[in-house]
Amino acid sequence: MRRTAAPYDGVAVCAPLTVPYTRFSSETAHWWAGQALRALAQTAGLKPADIDGFCFSSFSCGPDTAVGMVQHLGLSPRWLDHIPTGGASGVMALRRAARAVQCGDAELVVCMAADTNQIDSFRHSLSAFSRFSQDAVYPYGFGGPNATFALITDAYMRIYGVERADFGKLCVAQRANAGSNPLALQRKPLTLEAYMVARPIADPVHLFDCVMPCAGAEAFIVTTPEIAGERGLAAAQVLATTERHNAFPDDPVQLRGGWAMEIDRFWQAAGIDPGDVDTLQVYDDYPVIVAMQIEDLGFCPKGEVAGFIRRTRFEIDGDLPLNTNGGQLSAGQAGAAGGFQNVTEGLRQILRQPLGDQVPDADIALVSGFGLVNYDRGVCTGAVALKALR
Amino acid sequence: MTAPRPREKRDPLARKKARHLSPAARSRAMHAMSARAAQGRFVLQICDSCGEATYPPRDVCPSCWGELAWQDCDNGGIVLCETVIRTSTDLYFRDHMPWRMGKVALEVGPVALVHLHHDLSVGQRAEVRLLLDRGGNAAMFAIPPNGDLDMSDPQLREFLVPIEGRTILVSDARSAIGLAMVKALCEAGAGLVVAGLAPPARTADTEQPAFIAPGVQTVPLDITDQKSLSEALSKIAGPLDIVINTARHPRDGGVSLDGNIVEQRHAFDVAAMGLMRLAQGVAPMLAGRPHGAFVDILSIDALVGSSQRAGFAAAESARLSLLQAFRHEMREAGVRVLSIFTGPVEDEHHQSVPPPKVAPARIAAAAIDALQQGREQSCAGEVANDAMTRWLADPALYTRERNL
Repeated sequence: MRRTAAPYDGVAVCAPLTVPYTRFSSETAHWWAGQALRALAQTAGLKPADIDGFCFSSFSCGPDTAVGMVQHLGLSPRWLDHIPTGGASGVMALRRAARAVQCGDAELVVCMAADTNQIDSFRHSLSAFSRFSQDAVYPYGFGGPNATFALITDAYMRIYGVERADFGKLCVAQRANAGSNPLALQRKPLTLEAYMVARPIADPVHLFDCVMPCAGAEAFIVTTPEIAGERGLAAAQVLATTERHNAFPDDPVQLRGGWAMEIDRFWQAAGIDPGDVDTLQVYDDYPVIVAMQIEDLGFCPKGEVAGFIRRTRFEIDGDLPLNTNGGQLSAGQAGAAGGFQNVTEGLRQILRQPLGDQVPDADIALVSGFGLVNYDRGVCTGAVALKALR
Repeated sequence: MTAPRPREKRDPLARKKARHLSPAARSRAMHAMSARAAQGRFVLQICDSCGEATYPPRDVCPSCWGELAWQDCDNGGIVLCETVIRTSTDLYFRDHMPWRMGKVALEVGPVALVHLHHDLSVGQRAEVRLLLDRGGNAAMFAIPPNGDLDMSDPQLREFLVPIEGRTILVSDARSAIGLAMVKALCEAGAGLVVAGLAPPARTADTEQPAFIAPGVQTVPLDITDQKSLSEALSKIAGPLDIVINTARHPRDGGVSLDGNIVEQRHAFDVAAMGLMRLAQGVAPMLAGRPHGAFVDILSIDALVGSSQRAGFAAAESARLSLLQAFRHEMREAGVRVLSIFTGPVEDEHHQSVPPPKVAPARIAAAAIDALQQGREQSCAGEVANDAMTRWLADPALYTRERNL
């Protein structure tokens, strides 16, 4: 890489929005997307004509893509993107929209993920996820992502000495954070004892290591600071971003993700270091991926996450407030919206608009995404550092 | 006095257990892998340009974008990690929970998700077999290195067809191949061998030790006769697990020269229409079985014909064609259809054929091995093996040289 990325001047990220999740929904992804737009219209005073950029992510909108969505939703954007990267889609949408706004291709981009969860959606979306999965994963017990991440968790525990109780501490802290979030689907306090004795799903993954699939939508707006100001929207600036796909393909088991490829450059571009982060919002389909991000994003050296977890408090009033809405593990995983809630929650905390408890004095959020298991690992990774514009 | 054959204990009024198939959808490249696995081979795609091995199957080399070709590879590896899957949304695996699987780093390069044998654990060396799963597609199964396929692992048993304790019909037991088959099945521990003997009955049948041995039941059976077939099937006590079709009618003769039309027509009636009749009769019986299988013994001449035995080869070609379609039909029912190709046999039909010829016992052993090793297609003896190798390498050349 010869060039360093230009700073994200003239970009404002604002209007984090969550359409309250439901465990199951008989509605479609289109309906959930409509709910998100209607709520955004109220908070930001938007009309369809005001939206000149649209970036969309969904697993359940088929046969439509973002193309079908704009007609369905009555939008006429001059910039359109469809991001099929699941858990990395929020960070990637933000990253793309930011450059579009910065360069003038659009001036108000709605980034949105919406997914429904009908009674058998999960089974259907599992059975047609990717060609490699079809050929080389499903025939081996059809355990879905539980089995894929069980293998990663098993290797992680063996190689780095992480114990189930360490993962349990992360899950228990996230559940405690969900306690104040009225939109979280699972708010009942979780004890470490209950975590440890939960039923096994795919050893060593147990019940509370798994997210609950649900229906929901998440959205935010990327625009200029001027437009955000005119609409009275509190906004954040983008300090730095990173994105990588299919990193380290020769690693026999995924023990690190794409973040590790250029994390030093990321912090350098952001002009801060991990100690400056007020709240960390990472993709949490399984706690092993949370642990991996804590290491690869630079919060502790590789292989030392067990010690880091043991000496750190992750609650909202803790040393490193983590997934402060409860994360997907407690709030629910609304399909691709699960890859957006890290962005919306990070924004809310630094814009001081929390759903539940406020992280004290939060100004800087680090948001990290991880998406799409194609064969034996998640392929897409990305991160963004956001700082409140005050 | 022989011990009574162990019978299945099943409540006759209980609803029959539904048989589900493992997930069946595959890419075209994966089907190419399955076609080779069916022959008992362990193959991976190797890049023509850089020589790197790749898996899962791709359409282009991920290292240099070169062309990929299937090659036989070393199947050793190390187990990297493991899990026991306890929940699934798939009906087949729900029937077989918990399911142990893991990941193996193959010595030739790629890493593969595998079904994991119960004796293997993380860090150990493994041998990876490509076996056909219940849906008929290739799957990697890691077993202890140089270990036999061990039927005591219930997961592994799903990929194989056990003989022990099973009820097996041999369609033509009086022929040299059929007789060898009956003996071999008894030795392999079959529960009951139903030996089909084409009418008229012969005194010699009652003196044949293989037919009066314990665990063998003879039935009059001529697969060219629908009534005979129906009656024979109705005489089989209890469920039928495996059918081995040994019936054939080898005769010399060309097309325009020396072709006895009556003999050649009978060859078709046995090989082609006989197979169809037998298949129609036994398919519903095999479909409900946990390890149902149909084994067909057919001539390697089925591949490209033969100028010396044109009518017979044509009948065997028709048989192969029907067998291919039957395999597809039975895949839906989870029943395995096996082809055992053979060259000239050491029997009364090939008295004037010079060696090499294959001994009937060797054909029987090949059939049993194919069942127990999970192979769909095998060749018994050197002639069949050589022919298959030539045909796979250059079908046009082989067709020409067989008909010179």
